[in-house]
Amino acid sequence: MEFLGEVAAWFSDPASWEGRNSIPLRLWEHVSLSATALALGVLIALPIGLAIGHSGRGARSVVAVTNTGRAIPSLGWLGMVLPITLVLFERGGLGFLPALIALVALAIPPIVTNTYAGLREVDRELIDAARGMGMSERRILAAVEVPIALPVILAGIRSSAVQVVATATLAAVVAGGTLGDFILQGIFVRDLPRVFGAALMVAALALATEGLFALLQRLATPPGLQGSAAVARPS
Amino acid sequence: MNDQPFFRFDWVIDNLDEIARRLGEHLVMTGIAVGVGLLISFALALLVRRVRPLYGPTIAVTGALYSIPSLALFALLMPITGLSLLTAEIALVSYTLLILVRNIVAALDGVPAEVLDAAAAMGFGPVERLWRVELPIALPVIVAGVRIATVTTIGLVTVTSLIGLGGLGYLIVNTGINRFFATSIYTGVALSVALAVLADVGLEGLQRRLTPWAQARTG
Amino acid sequence: MTSPGRAGGAVVTFEHVTKRYGPPGTPPAVEDLSLTIPAGEICVLVGPSGCGKTTTMRMINRLVEPTSGRITIDGQDVRDLPAVELRRGIGYVIQQVGLFPHLTVGENVAIVPRLLRWSEPRVGERVEELLELVGLDPGEFRARYPASLSGGERQRVGVARALAADPPVMLMDEPFGAVDPILRDRLQNELLRLQAKVGKTIVFVTHDVDEAIKMADRVAILRRGGILAQFDTPEAILAAPASSFVEHFVGADRGLKRLSLAKVRDLQLIEPLTVRVGEPRAELRRRMEIDGIGYALLVDAANRPLGWVNRDELTVEGALSEEEATPGAPLLQPETTLRDALSALLGSSVQLGVVTDERDRVLGLLSVDAISDVLRNDGTWPRP
Repeated sequence: MEFLGEVAAWFSDPASWEGRNSIPLRLWEHVSLSATALALGVLIALPIGLAIGHSGRGARSVVAVTNTGRAIPSLGWLGMVLPITLVLFERGGLGFLPALIALVALAIPPIVTNTYAGLREVDRELIDAARGMGMSERRILAAVEVPIALPVILAGIRSSAVQVVATATLAAVVAGGTLGDFILQGIFVRDLPRVFGAALMVAALALATEGLFALLQRLATPPGLQGSAAVARPS
Repeated sequence: MNDQPFFRFDWVIDNLDEIARRLGEHLVMTGIAVGVGLLISFALALLVRRVRPLYGPTIAVTGALYSIPSLALFALLMPITGLSLLTAEIALVSYTLLILVRNIVAALDGVPAEVLDAAAAMGFGPVERLWRVELPIALPVIVAGVRIATVTTIGLVTVTSLIGLGGLGYLIVNTGINRFFATSIYTGVALSVALAVLADVGLEGLQRRLTPWAQARTG
Repeated sequence: MTSPGRAGGAVVTFEHVTKRYGPPGTPPAVEDLSLTIPAGEICVLVGPSGCGKTTTMRMINRLVEPTSGRITIDGQDVRDLPAVELRRGIGYVIQQVGLFPHLTVGENVAIVPRLLRWSEPRVGERVEELLELVGLDPGEFRARYPASLSGGERQRVGVARALAADPPVMLMDEPFGAVDPILRDRLQNELLRLQAKVGKTIVFVTHDVDEAIKMADRVAILRRGGILAQFDTPEAILAAPASSFVEHFVGADRGLKRLSLAKVRDLQLIEPLTVRVGEPRAELRRRMEIDGIGYALLVDAANRPLGWVNRDELTVEGALSEEEATPGAPLLQPETTLRDALSALLGSSVQLGVVTDERDRVLGLLSVDAISDVLRNDGTWPRP
């Protein structure tokens, strides 16, 4: 129990809140890295998912690629990207950049898979009717398919977000900072209160992300449409 | 990583025993996690089926555990179990629980009601019925769940290298990233992927072998 | 129908049996039911939904426990034995059959004998015997899995499985409810033939009055709340319904229902002119003109019907071929009730139906007129 006291002490110690190894800084690193990665992931994955989902073509190869992507562990992505960024950018290839690239790579598969699946589930007859009414392909996608597939698409984004936030913890391995850095430092210098305190924050952040996106999902889903959530992969 | 060739095959050849050792550690950690996870999940599933109201809370708890990033979960356990295999296994087992409990319950629930009725009417006691009827029929779905749990666990075991345990993560991080040695990184990742693929395919084959009856179709 | 009191069955009695779901004061599902089912008979429990017929049946093998009252089999209270043991001595067939999908047909049939620890050789023999009995070739079916069987085949395996340990009592809950009417007719006929050989006490639940009349030695009509409205032979119920409920339930067409009591085999069949593929047409035409016959029945080498040949179309020289025959005459069996036969004939708008045995070989022809004659004669048709 006195251990918990030590943890509280770490939180309340003013030193933890200043300087280059401070809680706010690490927290900011974690959140900004995750948000950037998720945004980029959505930017890349969503159009791909919409394209193959709408036309149904190219799905096999895209799905195959994303599936192999899934077989690579999160730590693996970080590890694989680092040598490349180091070669390309030398000292600039350490830290934020490889972490970002790895996280984006992780963020893409759930979004592509879910978007594709969601669009495929839309009743073909509905689309046919829309086409018959003279709607352009783009209109059909925007006005018919996406609204109906929205819950599933959002579930994919949510799954992606949770995975990104979780893996951002590991960014410390490539000198990317984030809350995970506290954990790794703490293990190295045997400062367990720091390890535990940081872990609590990470857990809270992960659960908060899950909760936030669940809420967003529910808010953005038109009433009466059921969504199936893809289960996030832990990392 | 600058003046050397990017990937050094000679290193791989020279260090086969080290690589094999890490692979072995990885397999052991995975095996323990999935094995223990399966046993606990099984017990939980049986309990939850008998006391249905427990299902919601059980899924909520295992789901919450599942959401916690692995490194953080290891860290949270450290004050209690230190930097040990036990810490890692407790966390790894926890991750399998959500997948497997849900999966086993669904699998057992999927046994057709008329089969259960017929079994009772033929004079099967509850234990015999579970063992001879429900489990064999539920087996394909359970193995599918074990596949997912195994592949997931293989990925997670890489993180245990960060708390001082071995496994393929050691190749990725300790001899790889920390020493700026690309060959080790890629070897570790490649093996980890290969392991996951093999496990998936292997278990699928097992699933098919164990359930010849599921392949039959109306002639 | 079987003669009562055969050695193959046991006497089942209900003594003031009541089943109530819920605290005292709730209306019972089955109320104070008392009846005695003689050994070796088929007793059909029939009634509207909610009348407790399935509940009643399931109290015999204690899948449902009575709230009060006593059920005995050959004088022994069913509660004297542990439920599990009791059930191994009672056969059970339900509508969806409930074959174990993970076991082969042979293994399914062998379940209860193995539970009873029969020796393997004995189990093997019994499985062969039973599959033959239900009309499934053991060589072909034994190693197959239920998923690869048709609905009718599954039902047959279900019956074989229920008979495996040679139980004196069989419970059947709407066993033929999920198959099409033609198949249902065949399966009913097969069960009747089977019963003639094994003579079990069969408690059969159905909501279909016609099925009840066809299958039963005795019918128990139940009303809502499991109240026994009448328990008697089908003829007695049709001739003298005990109450307006029974009258109403049996239906306004009681006269027509009597046709369900008589079977095809009770009537004189017409001998058809049968011809085989390859017979010279001209010859056939001449024969038919001499005998004044308009249609001949084309059969195959095993005497199975292929279709009708019209005399007027036999204009060309040469030999008969299979394509000339117009198929489509309804196929009837000796156990088919006259009511079903009449339905089939009227439904196909033909005058004659072909009657075949269990191997589909031609036995004779039945005409609509013959059936109408039965209708005209009030209650004086022959009974076996």
